[in-house]
Amino acid sequence: MHPRTPSRRRRPIVLLLLLLPLVAVLVPEFYNFADPSIGGMPFFYWWQLSWIAGVAVCTGIVYALTRSTR
Amino acid sequence: MIPPFSSLEFGIAVAMFAVVTVLGFVAARWNRPTSLASVEEWGLGGRRFGTVVTWFLIGGDLYTAYTFVAVPALLFGTGAAGFFAVPYTIAVFPLVMLPAARMWSVCHEHGYATAADFVRGRHGSRLLALLVAITGIVATVPYIALQLTGIKAIIEVMGIGGDWPLWIAFIALAAYTWTSGLRAPALIAFVKDILIYIMVLVAVIYIPYKLGGYDIIFHRAQAALSTKKLSTLLAGSQYLGYATLALGSALALFLYPHAVTGVLATRSRNVVKKNMSLLPAYSLMLGFIALLGYMALAAHVKPVGGTAKAPDSTTIVPVLFNSEFPHWFAAIAFGAIAIGALVPAAIMGISAANTFARDIYRPYLRPGASDREEGLVSQIVSVILKLGAVGVIVGLKLSFAIEFQLIGGVIVIEILPALVLGLYTRWYHRWALAIGWVAGMGLSIYMLYVTPGKTTAHFGSASFAFSTWGFHTKVTIWTGIVGVLTNLIVATVLTPLLARLPRGRDETSPADYEEAEAPPMPLTRGQAAGAD
Repeated sequence: MHPRTPSRRRRPIVLLLLLLPLVAVLVPEFYNFADPSIGGMPFFYWWQLSWIAGVAVCTGIVYALTRSTR
Repeated sequence: MIPPFSSLEFGIAVAMFAVVTVLGFVAARWNRPTSLASVEEWGLGGRRFGTVVTWFLIGGDLYTAYTFVAVPALLFGTGAAGFFAVPYTIAVFPLVMLPAARMWSVCHEHGYATAADFVRGRHGSRLLALLVAITGIVATVPYIALQLTGIKAIIEVMGIGGDWPLWIAFIALAAYTWTSGLRAPALIAFVKDILIYIMVLVAVIYIPYKLGGYDIIFHRAQAALSTKKLSTLLAGSQYLGYATLALGSALALFLYPHAVTGVLATRSRNVVKKNMSLLPAYSLMLGFIALLGYMALAAHVKPVGGTAKAPDSTTIVPVLFNSEFPHWFAAIAFGAIAIGALVPAAIMGISAANTFARDIYRPYLRPGASDREEGLVSQIVSVILKLGAVGVIVGLKLSFAIEFQLIGGVIVIEILPALVLGLYTRWYHRWALAIGWVAGMGLSIYMLYVTPGKTTAHFGSASFAFSTWGFHTKVTIWTGIVGVLTNLIVATVLTPLLARLPRGRDETSPADYEEAEAPPMPLTRGQAAGAD
């Protein structure tokens, strides 16, 4: 058989990778600040914008780990 | 105030529209099977789209023209709270990735074309499937109407009077979706998104350069917002509302029929998963587009259209472009926004029509209908929906559609227990899920009903203020979260209690949810569309 779902060993890593971006952007207590700002953009904005790259990386790794092979 | 009419802008926008219309008709020849006359071919493009096509299709489908004009308008009008669109479009991908892959597999295995198809097969309940179908259609129809706001905002800024451009745009749209089905928006999405990416890239570099940098933009935006007691940061009482709105919208997004259509039209399970890591590129674009709202504040943009008392704030982005860019570039941007309305409108029309044909017409009205007849019904309904949408916008107030869209997510999220739990477990009883739906939907609609808006007494907003129930707090919560939790709790409590009632027959097996690729389709001519 080919690995089609995450194996038992990989499952915790997969879930962690999927949970991380959620926690990072869904708890405003973590990022509702003006400082430190980058190029005049308050922390609130660049933190959330950079998590767009973060989520792409996390889901990309999950894809690589759980990809169906023929 | 009506801005002067520019024939250059009008000419460029019309030319772009003409190119797209031709493309829409040409799409019928793209990977053409022997016949387009079935939901499978017309409504799902033969389930053959690869990674690239899917990326453009789902991207063009979810990040609509309305988003591009409404999100900046929200930051313009409410400050930091409007930025919820960014955490929303981040959270959606990790949430959806694994369930969407399971959904793809089971639907491919059994030939399901809609969420309701799956619910019927999994829970063996025609009633539950009907509830899911109706929920999806009711949530989608105002969304189609809303796509017109993008076009309308452009028309207003270009200084054209009357609603005739809306009719022409949607009649052309209805015509080529009739002939080409899902292939039309898939092909047009390429043009639309490339144009919009260029537009945004130029805008987020050129406008801050002209205004003097992000430092000045945020400073001036803060100054402008503080006169309305708002800020570029959230107030403590806004945290719960911000987080639940982002989370709830993310949970709701892939329950919409048009999103399900995008997922099911792909060629393989891997294509679905891979796209969950590629689609965030659209979120980045959306994030920068959102900031156009602050740029508009910094540039002292005044919205046009609407009434003198309540100007149409969705016009701020077009007005900003008009004042900051040379006219020819503004015109290209306008064309891109207008085309951007057509892609999602087409997919929404197709998916709502598929749902009607598959889950209402065939099971309830004409049990013996052939695939061909089902496809034809879908085509007819899709035309009716589009023309109906223009009728609603022209006949009623635009704000009606906007208010309805706000509650669309609240409505569609009630599908979640039957659909998503169904992908993972058969524990839930079909009657418990149906009663859960009734309880959740009932509570949500009640909460929406008692929420006043700026100009209305009811259905004013999807943010529910706890002060409505007598609590001394400014805290709000997204109504849909309360509704879906109620739905889940009721379904969970009732399942053991209803154990004596007969369960429905489950026609799926555990292996169906893991299926990576189906056996090759017999009806293809040529290669599958797009690269994998």
